[in-house]
Amino acid sequence: MADLDQFRLEVRQWLEDNCPASQRLPITREEQVWAGKNKQFPSDDAKLWFERMRDKGWTVPEWPSELGGGGLDERQAKVLKEEMKALGCRTPLFDLGIWMLGPAVLEFGNDEQKQEHIPKIARGDVRWCQGYSEPGAGSDLASLQTRAEDMGDHFLVNGSKIWTTNADKADWIFCLVRTDPDAKKQEGISFLLIDMDDPGVTTTPIELISGESEFCQTFFDNVKVPKANLIGELNKGWSVAKALLKHERKLMSEIGGDTPGPSFGPVQAALEYVGTDENGKLKDAALRDQLVRHEMAYRAIGLTHFRTFEERMSGQADSNVPLIMKYVGTEEGKRKEELLLALLGHQALGWDGDGFNEDEKLTTRGWLFSKALSIAGGTSEVQLNIIAKRVLGLPQQ
Amino acid sequence: MALVLNEEQRLLKDTAKDFLSENMPVEALRTLRDSDDPTGYSQQQWQQMCELGWASIVLPEQYDGLDFGFMGLGAIIEESGRTLAASPLLSTVVLGASAILLGGNEEQKSSLLPKVASGELTLALALEEGHHHAPLDTAMAAEAHDGGFRLNGNKSFVVDGHSADKLVVVARTSGTAGSADGFSLFLVDGDAKGLTRQRRKMVDSRGAAALSFDNVDVSADALIGELGQAWPVLETVLDRGRVCLAAEMLGGALECFERTVEYLKERDQFGVKIGSFQALQHRASLMYIELELAKSVLFDAFSAIDDKRADLPQLASLAKARMNDVFELVTNEAVQMHGGIGVTDELEIGFFLKRSRVATQLLGHSGFHRDRYASLCGY
Repeated sequence: MADLDQFRLEVRQWLEDNCPASQRLPITREEQVWAGKNKQFPSDDAKLWFERMRDKGWTVPEWPSELGGGGLDERQAKVLKEEMKALGCRTPLFDLGIWMLGPAVLEFGNDEQKQEHIPKIARGDVRWCQGYSEPGAGSDLASLQTRAEDMGDHFLVNGSKIWTTNADKADWIFCLVRTDPDAKKQEGISFLLIDMDDPGVTTTPIELISGESEFCQTFFDNVKVPKANLIGELNKGWSVAKALLKHERKLMSEIGGDTPGPSFGPVQAALEYVGTDENGKLKDAALRDQLVRHEMAYRAIGLTHFRTFEERMSGQADSNVPLIMKYVGTEEGKRKEELLLALLGHQALGWDGDGFNEDEKLTTRGWLFSKALSIAGGTSEVQLNIIAKRVLGLPQQ
Repeated sequence: MALVLNEEQRLLKDTAKDFLSENMPVEALRTLRDSDDPTGYSQQQWQQMCELGWASIVLPEQYDGLDFGFMGLGAIIEESGRTLAASPLLSTVVLGASAILLGGNEEQKSSLLPKVASGELTLALALEEGHHHAPLDTAMAAEAHDGGFRLNGNKSFVVDGHSADKLVVVARTSGTAGSADGFSLFLVDGDAKGLTRQRRKMVDSRGAAALSFDNVDVSADALIGELGQAWPVLETVLDRGRVCLAAEMLGGALECFERTVEYLKERDQFGVKIGSFQALQHRASLMYIELELAKSVLFDAFSAIDDKRADLPQLASLAKARMNDVFELVTNEAVQMHGGIGVTDELEIGFFLKRSRVATQLLGHSGFHRDRYASLCGY
């Protein structure tokens, strides 16, 4: 414990010394630094902050230092996270490679693959996107049809992937592909890395209800992929995917921490847009009740995050509890957006132009975008199925 | 902040589970009910609980306590909720003893607390006067009289009030209903002159009483703490009670939930186990989620008591409001998912349903606690 306290002091000092003041302000979507061959920095400070964190290995604090990571253990990484949060330090680098692919390569990849991909992710040299869902394979992901045919020295890939987030900006994509069409659903799937610059790969953005086009559809037309890009064993891609989905769900359960949104939380919005009476109570009793229900739920969820961490640390891990976090995080996240909408009233209903400030427009768009949270990464209904089966052991039909 | 039990606390929890399931299963409550037991709990079993140290667990060592902390007591109480074990643990150890410990003078503490620890003395907190938990609305008057105090008024829904050796009575020595000023706490003997105690038969078969005070005179040393300054002490006493009661409710809800999930795996309809129906699976999963969130809240609430944290009021209201809602959800779903047998007296699920609603009203329903939480958070 004393070591950890010492570490905390060192981290705090280092952050104080190295994080530019401008990088301690709340981040907007435009200010996020995403990985990629052609990284864009919104400011010199953002570049400096990114480079300092990269050189420290703290873009990926828990990865091995010989592969460009920070070499921290889980407790230390938590301390870093807490200290960054306390100072308001921005996340220096955004990338699906950090959150999802990296952990999978570290777990399932061979040495060459680790050497090839991990340092590039740590340094933010490559931007990754994910190719899982298909037009005909959503919740029933294992029914995916994109084919990767064994051509001896390479795979020939044909098919299409949908909801490929930011695929139009990505350099590489990690995909689930069917390598054995005759095997049972889950058994003929492999995990493949594809260079988006390869001939035959095309991507089209999809416009969403929020007006954004983060999600894309990506098409593969006779794309040649080297065999070295297969992660894990042939036809064993499903287990890689499952491990990776856990990271995605964990990420989604924590969403809100660093995603751009209005500068106010629900309580602040309530005080500003609804106001209080002479007793200091919110003027609208129904909204007050809605607000307090949400605040109480968030606190319970936050405490459950802490509890799962403490259980892991004390060796009393109940592996079932993390299974609920994707569901509660996204469902309560949606309720938060509905609440903000209600609190802002007319001011959260603007689409564009005058009469609405940036925070108000972000509230509107955030509300619309939040509808995707309980669909992406396994719908809420699928999460409840999983709990019923894996945790409660209820019989399957 | 501790959100997991340590080794000693887990051991304690296991011991409690063994003792309670062997000696005080739900069947024991049924027996108390059917025999019309005047006390509402078994004296003999209460003595056994005291021998196990449960009455002394949170008391300081100087008063013969074990000074083991509320986290440990909470683990025991949670287990007692699983079997709906009737005992004066909440009334005596949590509410009564806390009032003396937090508000009393040295003489009161050293003369009374060791007797609580040994099981010689039972206590009850006489608080409620209206139809809902509303401590600020206390109107009962205590007036200076003959060097001591004279109490007049009525108290209702006093848990174990008919059987307790001594009552801790919440009264006003000044101020009007709705104000936090003027609260005083008094120790009154259960057999005091002018005090009438009537056992009320509650739906949960546990002990509660209506008390009427008709010129009940107590001496000056019956006053606990400063005259008219008892509100902060009372708040902390009630918050401890709310957290501990929430732990009992968690135990009850967990037991009820687990029994229901087992039933879903056993019961055949349409040629399959009913647990294979998605309509029921999703509802079961939702209950599991609510219970897991509640567990985290309770751990933190007990930490807040033990670490004397300033945010105990928030945590207590969070814990009580959540468990009110979760216990209601789980007991309703348990009855519904058991189908016809769910509404029979033979099935024990009904006992949990009944206890749930009594526990909900006790020390504040969800609306009370959401309102309180919101006010504490500045809106």
